Order: sequence, then C-alpha cells, then structure tokens
Amino acid sequence: MLYSLILRVAARLLVPLLLLFSVFMMLRGHNLPGGGFVGGLVAASAFVLYALAAGVQQAREVLRVEPHTLLGVGLALAYGAGVLALVLGKPFLTGLWLHPHLPLIGDFHLGSALLFDLGVMLVVVGTVLLMVFSVEDRLPGLVEE
Amino acid sequence: MLFAVLSIFLGAALSPLVVRVSRQAAGWILGLLPLGVFVFFARQVPTVAHGETVRQSFEWLPSLNIPLSFYLDGLSLLFALLVTGIGTLIVVYAGGYLAHHEQLGRFYVQLLSFMGAMLGLVLADNIYVFFIFFELTSLTSYLLIGFYHTEEESRVAARKALVVTGGGGLALLGGLLLLGQVTGTMEFSEMLSMGAAVQSHPYYLAIFVLVCAGAFTKSAQFPFHFWLPAAMAGPTPVSAYLHSATMVKAGVFLLARLSPVLGGTAVWEGTLGIVGGFTMLMSAWLALRYTDLKQILAYTTVMVLGLLTMLLGVGGEEAITAMVTFTVVHALYKGGLFMMAGSIDHETGTRNVRELGGLRNAMPWTMAGAVATGLSMAGIPPLFGFIGKEMTYEAALHADSFGILLLGVSVLANVALVASGLVVGLKPFIGEQKGAFTREPHEAPVSMWLGPLVLGALGLAFGVYPALIDHSLLQSAQTGILQESHELHLALWHGFSPALMASLVTFALGFTVYATWESIQESGVMAGLGTAFGHGPGRVFERGLYGLVRFSEGITVLFQNGRFRWYLFAIFTSMIVLVGGGLVEAQVGWPEFDGDVAYYEAALAGLIILSTFVAVRTTGRFIAILALSVGGYGVALLYLLFGAPDLAMTQFAIETLTLILLVIVIIHLPGIGEEEPLGVRLRDGAIALGCGALYTVMMSVIVSSPLDRRVSEYLAQNSYTEALGHNVVNVILVDFRGIDTMGEITVLTIAAIGVYVLMRMPRRNAHAEADDEAPAEEGAASTAE
Repeated sequence: MLYSLILRVAARLLVPLLLLFSVFMMLRGHNLPGGGFVGGLVAASAFVLYALAAGVQQAREVLRVEPHTLLGVGLALAYGAGVLALVLGKPFLTGLWLHPHLPLIGDFHLGSALLFDLGVMLVVVGTVLLMVFSVEDRLPGLVEE
Repeated sequence: MLFAVLSIFLGAALSPLVVRVSRQAAGWILGLLPLGVFVFFARQVPTVAHGETVRQSFEWLPSLNIPLSFYLDGLSLLFALLVTGIGTLIVVYAGGYLAHHEQLGRFYVQLLSFMGAMLGLVLADNIYVFFIFFELTSLTSYLLIGFYHTEEESRVAARKALVVTGGGGLALLGGLLLLGQVTGTMEFSEMLSMGAAVQSHPYYLAIFVLVCAGAFTKSAQFPFHFWLPAAMAGPTPVSAYLHSATMVKAGVFLLARLSPVLGGTAVWEGTLGIVGGFTMLMSAWLALRYTDLKQILAYTTVMVLGLLTMLLGVGGEEAITAMVTFTVVHALYKGGLFMMAGSIDHETGTRNVRELGGLRNAMPWTMAGAVATGLSMAGIPPLFGFIGKEMTYEAALHADSFGILLLGVSVLANVALVASGLVVGLKPFIGEQKGAFTREPHEAPVSMWLGPLVLGALGLAFGVYPALIDHSLLQSAQTGILQESHELHLALWHGFSPALMASLVTFALGFTVYATWESIQESGVMAGLGTAFGHGPGRVFERGLYGLVRFSEGITVLFQNGRFRWYLFAIFTSMIVLVGGGLVEAQVGWPEFDGDVAYYEAALAGLIILSTFVAVRTTGRFIAILALSVGGYGVALLYLLFGAPDLAMTQFAIETLTLILLVIVIIHLPGIGEEEPLGVRLRDGAIALGCGALYTVMMSVIVSSPLDRRVSEYLAQNSYTEALGHNVVNVILVDFRGIDTMGEITVLTIAAIGVYVLMRMPRRNAHAEADDEAPAEEGAASTAE
C-alpha cells in the first residue's frame, strides 16, 4: 500500500539522527526539557519510521533485539537503580551520586537517576515497538516488503 | 522451637533429593527428622510437667510489630508430640505405600511442609503467626488431598477442603484481630489471663462467632463436616495423618487454646455442646452406613471431633480430662487404623469391608496392629480407648446441667463407635476369606505395618499403665486449657461407678449392632441418614459453588460484553453523573472568562474545534483519525505556549505514534458508511457534550481556586540541592516520585505484553467474525481454529 522511495531514503538518513537525538534528550533531561520518557518516544518513533519505510522485518533487524528484551532490561535497570540504594543501606530508590573529576570535562556528576532514566527509556521503546510490531504482524498490509 | 519448625521445612525442601538418592530408604531416612523433633519435645516434658512454660520470640517483621514467637505449655506440647510422633510413622509408612509412585519426592515435600505448618500452628504464640500456619495447613492439605490430581474425585475433594477451611480461616482472622484489639496484645500467652475482660466486652459475641466459624470448618463440625469424608480421596498416609494428629485437630486445638479466654459463658457452652453433640451423634451412626474402610473411619473422625468440641463446651475439670485423654486415644487408634486400611487396600486391592475377611493368616502383623487399635476405638478394656470412654461418661455425669442428656447422647454415639471399631479392626481378619481380591493377599512391608503396631502397642501400654502419661503430659495439657492445675489420675478400674454401668450398656448394645451390622446398613433409616447428612451437605455445597460461578459469570458478561462502545458509554456517563453530581452539589457555577486572549491562542483554539468538528462529521475513518490528531497537536502547541515544554514534547511524540498505530489498524476496517439512527447519535452527542462541559467547569474550578504552592515550591527549591537537577519535571519523575514512575513503567510493560498476547491470539472463527459485535470472550474461547 505504501511505497515511497523518498521516504525510504529519507528514513535512512533520519533514523540515526533521531536515535542520536533521543539519547541527547535523555541525557539533558536532568537539567533541561527532556528525559527518559521523551527520549524513549523519540527513539521508538525512529524505529517506527523505519518500519514504515522499509518494513517491519527490516526494522526488527535494525533493532537487533526483541522488544520484549528491551522491556525486561529496562525494568531491571530501573529496579536495579532502586535496589542499588538498598544494598548500600539507604531507603529504596535513594539517589546516589558519584562526583568524579575528569580531565578535559571537569567536574562531573554521575547519578543512579541516569540508570533509572535509561531504564524508563528502554521500557518506553520496548512498549511502543512491541505494540506496533505485533499489531503490524497481525494486520499486515501497511508496508509492502 | 523455631529450629524445630524450620528444620521440618528444610527437610521438605531436601526431600526430593533424598528420594532421588534412595527411593527405597527415603521413608526411613526422612522419618528421622520428625523423630528427632519428637525427641526434642519429649525432653521438654519434665520441664512442662513442673508447670513451667517456655516462650521464645524472634524478630520477624519489626516494622509491623509481628514477632515470630512460640509458646510451649502443656497443651502445645501434647499436640507437638502427636504431630511429630505420628508424623514419623506416617513418613515411614508413606515410603512403603507410595514406593512405586513416580512423584514420591513431591509427596514428601507436601507432607513435610504440612507437618511443619501444623507444628508451627500448635506452637505459635503470636496470632498472626498462628493464622499464617493455620492457612498453611489449609493450603498444604489442599495439595495433599489432591495429590492424585489426574482423578476428578481428588480435585473436587481438595477444592472442597480448601474452600471450606480457607473460608473459615478468613472468619478466624477477623475473630483473632478483634480479639487482639480487645485484649491489646497479639500473643496468646498474654491473653490467657484476660478471659473476664474479653467476655464482658461488647465484641465478645462477634469474636466468638468468628473463632467458631474458623474452628468448626477446620474441625469438620456439622454443617461443615462434609469436606472431611470427601478428603479421603487423597493418598491413605495423608488421610491417616489428617485425621489422627493434624489438620482437623487444629480447630479443636484452637478452641482449647482460647477456652480460658472465651470459654465458660452460656453461649460457649450452648454452642459447642449442641454443635459438638449433634455432630458426634449424627456421624457416629452415619459411619455404619458405609462399607468403605476409609469412609467408615472418616465419619468416626467427625464423631470424635464432635465429642472433643462438646467436651470443650461442657468445660470443667472432668470434661477437660476426658478431652485431653480422648485426643491421645483417638490420635493413636485413628492413625493406626487408617494405615491398616491403606495396607489392606494396597495388598488386596479392595477396601470394601463386605468383601474382606479371613486375612488373619495372610497379614498377621497388620492384624496385630489393627486389632489393638480397633479394640481401642471400640473402647474395650484394657486398651486406652476404654479409659477415654470412661472419662467421657464421667464428664457427662459431672456436668453442671443437662448431665443425663449428655450421658445419653454419649452412650448412643459410643454404641455406634463400638460397632464401627469392630467392623474396621476385626472384621477384615476373621471369618472366611471371601475371595474376589484383585491381588493375592500378602503381608505388607515392614514400613507399612510398623505404624499400626506401634500405635496399637502404645494404646495397650497407656491403657494398662496410664501413669506413663497421665501426670506428666495429660495433666499439663489440662492445665494449659483450664489455666489451673488439677491432679489428673487415670486408671482402668474405677470401681462400680455409674460410668462403668454406662460402659457395660454401651458394650451390650454395641455388640448387638455389630452382629446385625449388615441388616442395619441396608435399612431405610440409614439410607435417609446418608442422604440427609452424608451426601446431602456436600451436594448443596457443590451446587452453591457452581451457582456462584454462574453468578459471577453473569456479572462479568454484563459488564465485559466485548462491545467497545458500551465500555465508553459506561465510563463516560458514570463520570458525568458522579463528578458532575459532585460539582452541582458544591454549587459550582459556569466559569466566567476574563483576561485577554492573544490572537494566536484564539487561532489555536479555533483549529482544535475545527478538527473536532471534522472528526465528527466525516464518513472516512482515515480522515477522522487525522482530524483527531490535528486536535492533539493543537493541544500540544497549547502546552508549549503556556510553558510546559516537557509535556508538549511528550504529547507530540505520543500523538504521532498513536496516529501511526491507529492507521495500521484503521486501514483494515470498512468505512463508517451509513449514518447511525438519530437516537443513537443524539445520545452519543449528549455524552460528548456532557464530558466537554464537565472538563471545562472542572478546569476552571482548578485554575480559579488558590493553588497551594508549598509542594511545588519545595520541589523547585530542592531539585538541585537534593537531586542535582535543574529540570524540576524530570527530577520529580526520576527522583522525588521515582516509585510512581517505577509503577508506571511496570504498567506500560504489562500493557505492551497484553497487546502482544491479544494480537497473537488465533483469529475468531468465521461465524464470530461475521457478527462484528460478538462478545470478546467468545472470540477468546474459540481457540480451536
């Protein structure tokens, strides 16, 4: 039903940019608008765009892992960030921070919140893709492969 | 004591390993564990006999103030010894009985877990701990009764047991919590002296009813008795254990434990006396109706439980003496007889008494145990059962009121018990061999006749020489129940007392009944009794259960009928009615707008309204979806204008992804086509307008009421100092309210898996597909295609 050379070519260029952008969104989230949730949505849109342009099968191959795996890993990271505090004898989900001084960059803050946000991001990507892929599997026809 | 209980659970965990290493010796090896615990408790006997009690407490859930506390007094010691002592013999017996069953390991896990739960129950001091073990016995016995899970009868019986005892357990929890509230303590040991305070409290009746509901269901009192005879569908070692020392005794134990707190009132005496007495009489005679060894034994168990309950109701020194004595008497003979019944079944292939006879030569060891236990059940001297029966009659004669009635009921019930004892313990072995066995009868292995023989020998020893246990064990158990010490002395010979006369009458009538057993069994009275109390209650229960299932099915179908439009209708109308009703009640008026509206804001609002209008009016689904998305983007732009970039970004992304998902689905659906009837459109329009109006009013109320800025100010001030982040929104998400986010991503995952599963379900069959509005359940059910 949908075949567009323009979309296909554009998607090839756009997908890496979108993915990069999603990581950027996730990382800047702590201080500026952004965060794991939006980052995850952007990353998911990148894959969905690719699926629209080149087919679900192609998108799956580019993703390399199954969406379920992303869900599991994401949840594990988020809960792990919480448990990490527990292991150190603090209440569950207490934010933990390292303040290494790196050459060239200078003072740097590394927190367990980043781990948590990464988990959120992966869960969001996994959720969207699992939904889109399985719906498209069931009702093929949007994309000609 | 903690280690005693834990070691049994540990043994349960290790038992599959033991079975794998040595299937033949598994019973003997695993039997060492309860034996060791038995010895441990036996060594406590002198301490407890001196009137001392042992209390141990371990920190468990300090935040909820629930310690893992145990209390060892005479009462719990007696039951602990029964649980572990008979448990040892059962474990050994099961090794022989299930030697060739492939899931012997699984069986031992369940059996030992059950034993651990029962042991924990009798030792528990804290009421929460008690309740947990109480429920654990229900759960593990469910597994044990349903052990032959490929047979429907077992599954039905297991479910029956679980529903009845589990339901009673819930009532019990209520009673225990109320009791804890009234006494201000959660420990039994501290409650025991508060009887007067509890009994004068207005909650007393409620506590009493709830506790009784728990105890009567567990101990199979009328009208809940039906689960116990059904439970014999489990393997015989389970029946032997359940009936003799555990499970059903838990209810009696509970009543005994709480009798210093709740006992002695008119309602206690009346309820326990009548329920117990009726249960006793009814089931004693009902036992004679059946020919299956296990069934006869099951009903006599109900009879004894009724007797024990009745004795607890009567109260006082004599009754409690009889109660503790009969507890031991019954545990010894019932355990032995059930094992014997299993051995006969195992070695001859039948349990029907009418087909059994003349096994004395083939199974001499089994016979020795069976006769000793059977005669004890019949209460024939010099066995311990005789003393138990004498004490019962003594208790009836010493009762404050209704003594003659109690005596009459007891004698009548015991007449039937004498006959049952002889039928079960003697009849299979004497007379002629009737043939018709599916197997050549032969002696059971030693592991299987050891139990009945040991228990029979103990019955004889305690009968001849009751001093073995009366002063030490029984007296301290009695003290535990009465909370006052009496000299307890048992003897075979009491002189020519009225009790002896009653015993002689019992024997005379009992032997007569035994001699005419077969004709009594076939009489119409017995058939009526069987229908009314034997099968009847169980059938009523099953019917009620199925009725309940059908009822909930009806409710479910009413609300979950698979029509998406109906769901939306229900959700939105109830929201309008409930929230709108609240707004009307609070006399919230229609908002007044003031302030300037910039031209771009007005344009955006116009765009949103226009897109909604298009979505409503269009006949193409595709157009409708696109128009809705335009509205969504418009809202996202509004967020951006009013300073919520995070929200706007998310809204844009979500809007896009939703659009794509909907498009994937929509292109498979036919066009909207012809218009709906005017009535339907008016209804939908009214709901839509109602929702819109509701939200408008609600938003204006929220915006116009003064905001409490304390929380947002706190978050804004602390987001950098506490969480090192400048973006307050994100800091709230990942740090301040991190647990919320965690819950949300978990929900997201579940939703995604739900979609995945739905999409993988087989397509509906052609018939269901034609009818587009068919209930979704139907589609799910027709998985054949």
